Amino acid sequence: MPVQELKGQKNWQRRTSRESLSHWVLWLIGVAIFAYCWQQISDATTWFFVWDAPRIADDIWNRATPPRWSYFSQLGKPIWDTLNIATLGTIISLIIAVPVAFLAARNTTPSQYIIRPIALLIIVSTRSINSLIWALLLIAIIGPGVFAGVIAIAIRSVGFCAKLLYEAIEEIDTSQVEAITATGASRWQVMAYGIVPQILPALAGIAVFRWDINIRESTVLGLVGAGGIGLQLSSSLNVLAWPQVSLILLVILLAVVISEWVSAKVRGAII
Amino acid sequence: MSEFTVPIGEPWKKPPFIKRSWLRWTLLIGFIAYLIAAVLTIDVNWSRVYEGLERGKQFVLAFTNPDFTSRSGDIWDGMVESIIITVASSVVGIAISIPIALGAARNVAPLPVYLVCRAIIAVSRALQEIIVAILLVAIFGFGPLAGFLTLSFATIGFLSKLLAEDIESMDKVQAEAVKASGAKWSQWINYGVQPQVMPRLIGLSIYRVDINFRESAILGLVGAGGIGATLNTAFDRYEYDTAAAILLIIIVIVMLLEYLSGIIRARVQ
Amino acid sequence: MLRLENLVKTYKTGDQALKSLKLEVPEGQVVALIGPSGAGKSTLIRCINRLVEPTSGKVYLDDVELTGLSAAALRRERRRMGMIFQEYALVERLTVMENVLSGRLGYVGFWRSFLRRFPQTDVDEAFRLLDRVGLAHMADKRADELSGGQRQRVGICRALIQNPALLLVDEPTASLDPKTSRQIMRLICELCKERGLAAIINIHDVALAQMFVQRVIGLRFGAIEFDGSPEGLSPDVLTTIYGEEDWEATIEEADEEEVEAAE
Repeated sequence: MPVQELKGQKNWQRRTSRESLSHWVLWLIGVAIFAYCWQQISDATTWFFVWDAPRIADDIWNRATPPRWSYFSQLGKPIWDTLNIATLGTIISLIIAVPVAFLAARNTTPSQYIIRPIALLIIVSTRSINSLIWALLLIAIIGPGVFAGVIAIAIRSVGFCAKLLYEAIEEIDTSQVEAITATGASRWQVMAYGIVPQILPALAGIAVFRWDINIRESTVLGLVGAGGIGLQLSSSLNVLAWPQVSLILLVILLAVVISEWVSAKVRGAII
Repeated sequence: MSEFTVPIGEPWKKPPFIKRSWLRWTLLIGFIAYLIAAVLTIDVNWSRVYEGLERGKQFVLAFTNPDFTSRSGDIWDGMVESIIITVASSVVGIAISIPIALGAARNVAPLPVYLVCRAIIAVSRALQEIIVAILLVAIFGFGPLAGFLTLSFATIGFLSKLLAEDIESMDKVQAEAVKASGAKWSQWINYGVQPQVMPRLIGLSIYRVDINFRESAILGLVGAGGIGATLNTAFDRYEYDTAAAILLIIIVIVMLLEYLSGIIRARVQ
Repeated sequence: MLRLENLVKTYKTGDQALKSLKLEVPEGQVVALIGPSGAGKSTLIRCINRLVEPTSGKVYLDDVELTGLSAAALRRERRRMGMIFQEYALVERLTVMENVLSGRLGYVGFWRSFLRRFPQTDVDEAFRLLDRVGLAHMADKRADELSGGQRQRVGICRALIQNPALLLVDEPTASLDPKTSRQIMRLICELCKERGLAAIINIHDVALAQMFVQRVIGLRFGAIEFDGSPEGLSPDVLTTIYGEEDWEATIEEADEEEVEAAE
C-alpha cells in the first residue's frame, strides 16, 4: 500500500517498495536491450565513413545544387504515371476492400468462424507487407512497368482500407439498422438503407486519406522498376547525376504537399 | 408552413449531393475522362502478364511450402538486424519526439519554438523513409546505421505530430488547476499534461514500433540494413519458396505486434 | 388479433427477461406497457416482431404464428407491424423522405429501392402522412437537421406507411421534453384511432400513459403484475410494480393534466 505507518507518522509513496523494485528492473532490462542493439549497429558500421560524413554531405550538396531545371521537361510523363498509379491503385483497392470489410466486421459477416478469419487474414497479410515489396514480387511475376505499380499499390491498400472500414462498420448505430429490419426489409435492403448511409462518410474519408498516402508511395515505386517518377530517380542515382536527383526530390516534395492539401480539402468538404 | 402545397401525384427524386447541376456534370465527366485517359496510357504487355501467371501460381504455391532452411543463415541474420534497427530507432525516435511534440503544441510552447518544431515535423513527414535512406546511405555508407537514422527521423515526424495534436486538444481545466497551485513549468507538464496524454503516447509508440518493423523490411533494398536485402536477392533468383518464408515471418511478427499492442492499449486505458 | 402464449425469453447471460407471458390484444386497442427499467418491456416488444428471438412460446398475429416463420415469411409479416423507437432510430444521413419511404422496403424489390424509384402511390402516401404530421415542407431535409419531436414524427410516418395492423412503440417519449412528449403521445393515439390500429406502447411515464390509453399492463421481472384500465392504477398497484414510493402525487398530477388537456 502506498500509505505506510512509519514511526507514528503516515508516509505516502507513489509506489510500494515492491512495485518500485519491479519498475527499476523493467527499466534496467529495457536499457540493456537498447545498449545491446546499439552495440550491434555500431559493430556493423564503418566509423571511418561516419566521421567523414560531413565532408561527403557537403560534397553531395555542392554537386546537387543548383538543380538541373531543364530536366523538368522530361518529367511530364513520369509524373502522369505516378498520379495514375496512385489513383487507379486506390480505386481497385476500394473495389476489393469494401466487400472484405463487410465480411470482416463482426456485425455483418455471414459466418463468424470461417469467413471472418479469412477476411482478417487478407487484411493483415496485405497490410503487413510494404508496397515496395509487393512491387518487387509483381515485377518478378509480370515484368516491370506501370501496371505492376498499380497492382502493388492496390494490394497494399486493400488491408489498410478494409481495416479502417470494418472498424467503422462495427461502430455503426445498431438502432437504425434495427428500425430498417423492422419494416420487413430484406438483407440487402437493410445493408443499403441501414448500414451504407452510416459508413459512407467514413468510406470517402478513407479513400482520400489512402490516395494521399499512395501518391507518396508511388513516387518511390520506380526505384524497384514499377513505373512513375521513381524510375527517373533511380536512373539518375545510378549515374550520380546529382542535379537531376535534387530536381526530382523537389518535384516529389511538391507532389506530396499538393496531395496532402487536396486530401485535407476533400475531407473537409465531406465532413 | 401553410403555404406549402403537398405535391400529390408528382414524382419525387432524391436531392442530388451537389446542387449546382453544371458542377455535378463537369466533375462526373471530368473524372470519367481522366479514368479513360489514365487506363489508356498504361501499356500492359499482356503476353508478358500471361507468361507471368505461371510464375504467379508458383509463388502462391510456394506459400504452402515455404523454405525456411536452405537460406536460414541469411534469413536469421537479416531478421535480427531488422529487429535491432526497429528497437533502436523506436527508442531514440520516441525519446526525441516527446520534447518536439511539446514544442509543437501551441498551448504549451511559445511561438518561436512552435514554428521550429512544426518545421522539423513537416520536413520529416514530407520525406519518405526510402528516400531518406538513399541519401543517408550515400552519406554514411552501407549498413544498419543508415537504416537506424532513417527510421528514427521518420518516427519523429509521425509521433510528434500526433502527440502534439493530442496535447493541443487536452482538457484545459485540469492543466489550469495544476498551474493555479503555483507549479513551475516542468511541474505543470509533469502533473497537468503528462497524465492526460500518457495513454495516447503509449498507444502511438507501440503503433510506431509496428510501422518501424514493417519499414525496416524495405530498407535493405537500398543497402540500409535488415531483411530487405535477403528478400531482394530471393526475388532476383526467383527463389519463391525462400521469399515466401521471409514474407510469412514478417506477417507473423506484425500479427504478434498487433496482438501485443491490443493488450497493452487495453491495459493503459 | 395479437396473442402471446407462454412467451419466454432467456438471454445468453442467464437473465430471464420474460417468464411465460400470456397476453391478448384485440383489434384497435391501444395498450400501454409500464414497469421499471429491466422489467422486460423492450424485450417483449422485440419478441413480437422477432428482432429478439424468443426462447420458447408462441406469438400469433391474427392466425399466423410468427414464431415458426421462415426468414422470408417473417419479413412479409413484419410489414404488418410498424415500429416506433425510443431514440427515433432514423437513418440520420438520409433525407426525411427517404426515411419515410424506407417503411415501404418490404413491398418493393431491392433495385427499385436502391435507385430510390418507389411507386408513385408510395410517394403520394408519404407526402400525405408527412402533411398529416405537419412536416411535408421538410421532405428533402436530412434527418439529422430535425429536432427531436420532428424526428419522432418522421418515425411515426415510417411506421404508418407500412400500412400496418399493429404498432409496436418503444418508449416514444423517452428523449423528448414534457410538452413534445404529450404531443407525440396524442398524435400516436389519434392516428391509431383514425386507422383502427392496435398498439402496444412501452412507456415509463405512468401519468402520460394514464392520459391516453384504454388499457394498462404492468410488467415486473418479466411477469404481468397488473392488467386493467388506467383508473385501476392505485398506489398499491404501483407499489407492486415499481416498489415502495409515495405514489399519490403521480396519480393526482395525472388527473390534473387530464383536466388541462381536456380544456
